[in-house]
Amino acid sequence: MSAVLPHQQVLVPLDQLAPLVLPALGDTLIMVGITMAIVVVVGVPLGALVHNLGPSGLFPHRTAHTTLSWIVSVGRSLPFLVLMAAIIPFTRLITGTNIGIPAAIVPMSIAGIAFFTRIVENSLRGVPPEYARVALASGASPVQVIRTAQLSEAIPSLVGGLTINTIAMIEYSAIAGTIGAGGIGYVAVTYGYQRFDHVVMITTIVVLIATVALIQWAGDAAVRRLTPTARRAGRAGRAVPRQPVDVAV
Amino acid sequence: MILIEGLSKSYGTKNVLDRLDLSVDAGEIRAIVGPSGAGKSTLAQCVTLLERPTSGSVFVNGVDLTALGAAHLREARRRIGTIFQRDGLFARRTAAANVALPLEYLGVTRPEIRTRVGELLERVGLGDRAGAFPHELSGGQRQRVGIARALALRPSVLLSDEATSGLDPDSTASILALLRELRDDLGLSILFITHEMDAVVEVADSVAALHDGRIAESGTVVELLRDPSSPLGSLLRPTRPYLSPRAGDEAWQVSYRSGAVEPDWLLRLGTRLGEPISLLGAAVETVGGEPVGRAVIGIPAPAVEDLRAALDELGLDGAPASAVLRDAIVLEKVA
Ligand SMILES: Nc1ncnc2c1ncn2[C@@H]1O[C@H](COP(=O)(O)OP(=O)(O)O)[C@@H](O)[C@H]1O
Ligand SMILES: [Mg+2]
Repeated sequence: MSAVLPHQQVLVPLDQLAPLVLPALGDTLIMVGITMAIVVVVGVPLGALVHNLGPSGLFPHRTAHTTLSWIVSVGRSLPFLVLMAAIIPFTRLITGTNIGIPAAIVPMSIAGIAFFTRIVENSLRGVPPEYARVALASGASPVQVIRTAQLSEAIPSLVGGLTINTIAMIEYSAIAGTIGAGGIGYVAVTYGYQRFDHVVMITTIVVLIATVALIQWAGDAAVRRLTPTARRAGRAGRAVPRQPVDVAV
Repeated sequence: MILIEGLSKSYGTKNVLDRLDLSVDAGEIRAIVGPSGAGKSTLAQCVTLLERPTSGSVFVNGVDLTALGAAHLREARRRIGTIFQRDGLFARRTAAANVALPLEYLGVTRPEIRTRVGELLERVGLGDRAGAFPHELSGGQRQRVGIARALALRPSVLLSDEATSGLDPDSTASILALLRELRDDLGLSILFITHEMDAVVEVADSVAALHDGRIAESGTVVELLRDPSSPLGSLLRPTRPYLSPRAGDEAWQVSYRSGAVEPDWLLRLGTRLGEPISLLGAAVETVGGEPVGRAVIGIPAPAVEDLRAALDELGLDGAPASAVLRDAIVLEKVA
């Protein structure tokens, strides 16, 4: 640990590593957790709305669908750093500050909502459209159709998308860290990058990889649990053969 | 009961249904047949107003559905049970949870739902499969769950669009038997849409052929089968290839005009004509308890003169087989 490097500053002693990295990880998880809660609460209805305004939806409306779709696309296509910088006035309006965790959560939520809206829309497109007809014919209201014949049937796919989205938000939190939001990304950049502290750098990398792997594993396990075909097949040891495909008109 | 008046439906410039009139009486099973693309599914969807008709009216139990607003329409739909072509079961719900759907939508309490769902699954013979997911059931069982769901709100009208298409013969037979049983027990009016003629003869009281968006021909199944000039009758029971007549014989197609035909008519005919009659092909059966039959017989040329009168006495209609076949080929394009 005595490498002589230009611009060398005081390295973090090994026994200080955990007190430095763990609270930072906590900050990251808080940022991502709050963001994802907002993302789900807004993204699910928004995605369902966009889907149902579309040509195969419950209340197709071309103009509304195009407009909403376009707005979501803009949110999706801006690099996060640009988005974060661009909405600083808005962030300040909402949180009263432009640094720290609250200030990071605003741009992260906006980027996350745009991301998740697309995921929801895509998941709903994967649900057989006849489910909606079944529900309507059974006397369902539009809200009941969306809840039971669309969202509920798309849950495994939604949870899979949620996993991807959460992992993307960890990446965004690292970028947000550079504007002083704290978190593990901030530690990596300030200690690992600016001070050339390789031990901190490697530690943050390991912690990040472990966190992402854990989220992915939990997400995959949840998807398996939520898919009746996968779950039952696993328990019975073999998949129940499906009936021959319908040949009718 | 269902009454459809002047129903038209077009997609863009394509007129799928064209001022169609149709009725299904209380306790009647009425089949709709027609080739693929004839508009059968469109008709089914117009009856529940899942597709809004371009014009015309749909009365179910005397209420014009086309005149209802969204909330009243939802209520009216609860009086119509729909059985879907590919069973339409939700993959993530068990059989019981699928049957419970209409009850959940209505806001029925959980204990009540449990009781009713139990009854319904019992009714369709699946009392022991309540916890099974759709992929764990056979095609016939899935369709039974679909029927149980359609019955959940005690509808007076059942709509079935290709409910047995794609099922194996045994499952088809058991589903058709179940539909008849339900009609008998619950007095349901059933609109039974299919492209399978055997299913029509098996289950329906009456049948209508959909062609060019209109009803081309319609009548009771028995009447149509007894009418040798009916294209729809010929479609329901097409003439199978028959044996060649002996040299000097003519082939005639005969059909039962009523249920009063004696089973030994062939023997009687031979005796009456004083000539040996040969049997070249035949299908005799009961349809809805009524005897129905068609046969191709070989008649020695000298006896042909007396044939019509003799057939008439026996309660049979007859025509030279070649002529019947030729007509059937022409008419098949129509129906
Ligand atoms: N939503 C739709 N948009 C445009 N055309 C449609 C639509 N639904 C059905 N059609 C057309 O209407 C005709 C009848 O279809 P359908 O009712 O499904 O026939 P069937 O059930 O008798 O096979 C077909 O030519 C089909 O292409
Ligand atoms: Mg069809």
